[in-house]
Amino acid sequence: MSKPVREPVKLVPVPSTNIIPERDVDKSPILECRHLGIDFGGLSAVKDFNMAIGRTEIAGLIGPNGAGKTTVFNLLTKVYQPTRGSILLDGRETGKMTTAQVNRAGIARTFQNIRLFDNLSVEDNVKLGLHNHINYGMWSGIFRLPKYWKEEKASHDRAMELLSIFDMENLAKTKAGSLPYGAQRRLEIVRALATNPSLLLLDEPAAGMNPSETAELMDNIVKIRDTFQIAILLIEHDMNLVMGICEGIGVLNFGQVIAKGTPDEIKNNPVVIEAYLGKKGAN
Amino acid sequence: MAKIRRLSKTNRRQLLTYGVVILAYIIIQIMGGAGMLSSSLKGMLVPICAYVVMALSLNLTVGVLGELSLGHAGFMSVGAFTGVTASIVLQNVIPFAPLRLAVAMVVGAIFAAAAGFLIGIPVLRLNGDYLAIVTLAFGEIIKSIFNNMYLGFDSHGFQFSMITDNTRLEDGGRLVIGGPMGVGSIQKISTFTAGFVLILVTLFVIFNLVHSRSGRAIMAVRDNRIAAESVGINVTKYKMMAFVTSAALAGAAGTLFAMNYSTFTANKFDFNTSILVLVFVVLGGLGNMLGSIVAAAALTILPEALRQFADYRMLVYAIVLILVMLATNNPTIQSYTARIFGKKHKKGGAA
Repeated sequence: MSKPVREPVKLVPVPSTNIIPERDVDKSPILECRHLGIDFGGLSAVKDFNMAIGRTEIAGLIGPNGAGKTTVFNLLTKVYQPTRGSILLDGRETGKMTTAQVNRAGIARTFQNIRLFDNLSVEDNVKLGLHNHINYGMWSGIFRLPKYWKEEKASHDRAMELLSIFDMENLAKTKAGSLPYGAQRRLEIVRALATNPSLLLLDEPAAGMNPSETAELMDNIVKIRDTFQIAILLIEHDMNLVMGICEGIGVLNFGQVIAKGTPDEIKNNPVVIEAYLGKKGAN
Repeated sequence: MAKIRRLSKTNRRQLLTYGVVILAYIIIQIMGGAGMLSSSLKGMLVPICAYVVMALSLNLTVGVLGELSLGHAGFMSVGAFTGVTASIVLQNVIPFAPLRLAVAMVVGAIFAAAAGFLIGIPVLRLNGDYLAIVTLAFGEIIKSIFNNMYLGFDSHGFQFSMITDNTRLEDGGRLVIGGPMGVGSIQKISTFTAGFVLILVTLFVIFNLVHSRSGRAIMAVRDNRIAAESVGINVTKYKMMAFVTSAALAGAAGTLFAMNYSTFTANKFDFNTSILVLVFVVLGGLGNMLGSIVAAAALTILPEALRQFADYRMLVYAIVLILVMLATNNPTIQSYTARIFGKKHKKGGAA
């Protein structure tokens, strides 16, 4: 079913200093960050962050703890408003959009510390992802107008279809908060996918998973990209996963991009090795 | 198949709630017909209905939206004053009392909803304790406004003034709201049946709202605001929707309550009333509508039932309250009730 893209992809430069996979080059990048930065008080958590992601690219963002990776995600989804620079989603400036508006514009995300709607069922969690694709208002809901039944039926079917990606249909009635850890992570991905994004941000999707679960997750990430034809940007510490499926990788340290390239380029980059292991490791 | 099972599960819960209300109504009607109701209990039927609706509506804010509101009596007050005013003005236009009451309730609900919207704009920017304190303040502000408001009407239309009575009504005019004197000589057109219908309407609105797209969004905001935003939910909109719906229902309850007395003042809807209703909600279980109904009814009757304790009445009331709280939170008793009902005793579910 899945055909993992394990062979190295050639990366080509696009305007500015960014790079995206060659196959996406005739289309504009789905995401482009230009000189993005944010200050917390006197501290620059992210400085001059530049990145482009191709339409169907699986990109990785790595770096030591505290490098600012999650901050980048929070900037992209407008949990924080950037102090400097711009974010272009599909060529459109996201400017002063709110988190909800950014999602409607096409960015969906998962969280490092899982954030599900714990007291709601798995199905309802997915239906909340579908929220902006369910088309009836408060009054149709209260008076149970025909539109309510039609739309609820359609969203139920769609939710089940999405849950089937991870074979979770049989868990539909379970309370999300009582799912095992791995299933919660998978549900977060399904919920994010339900919002019909063009860019999916995964914040440490493999955290807390064992090697066989991680391998399955890798297959599923590639499968999601292939089925939905979307771009995926992921933060991950598991180097097998990052080097295995990411086509372009950016390395962040102290809020700055210190290297960009294919997995092989990153693996052999002395600057990256130094950032992870210190000066000695680089020698 | 799975869907049918789930639908029937939430449906079961809802049907049980509707069933209990209808059954209680029938039993009380039969007892009333047979003359088995004491006059003091008879007099409490309408207030019980009003408090049940108050508890249900507050449960929408506290249990479903997850925000603590300490000013719910304020919306009841708005509904009471505007609803009664509408009823007095329409006295000759709509002679048929039940219809006039219904119109008055709708007016009360609309004004309370408007008040909820205005108060919601600043209040819903806050979270948790801060929100609770500010709603408390708004509840007191509403009380003060009605305590200092004079409203009357004559052939020239409405006359309105604040602080002192400058309405200068001509002969044949009528002062409706008389500041600290409140509203007087009201036709008591509230009936137990009207209260029963209002409870059913409230249940219908709340259940159907909660189990719809909007209700899911409201509960999502409660469970995890950041995640709700991340899936594109407009948090402010759904907080407001729950808050305003809750206020509107409280307004209708206020009208029902006020039209049961020939006179009332703004002090009737003070902080104590807000807390009393909150006690109903907490005791009945957050998000548990049937619990709210039972708690509101039981705790309204309880002080009357304790009359024999005379001066120690409120002391006993407090002790009973504490015991009930302890009992409902006791794991042993919970597992015991679970065994009796043969299913897991779920707490905090969305009814």
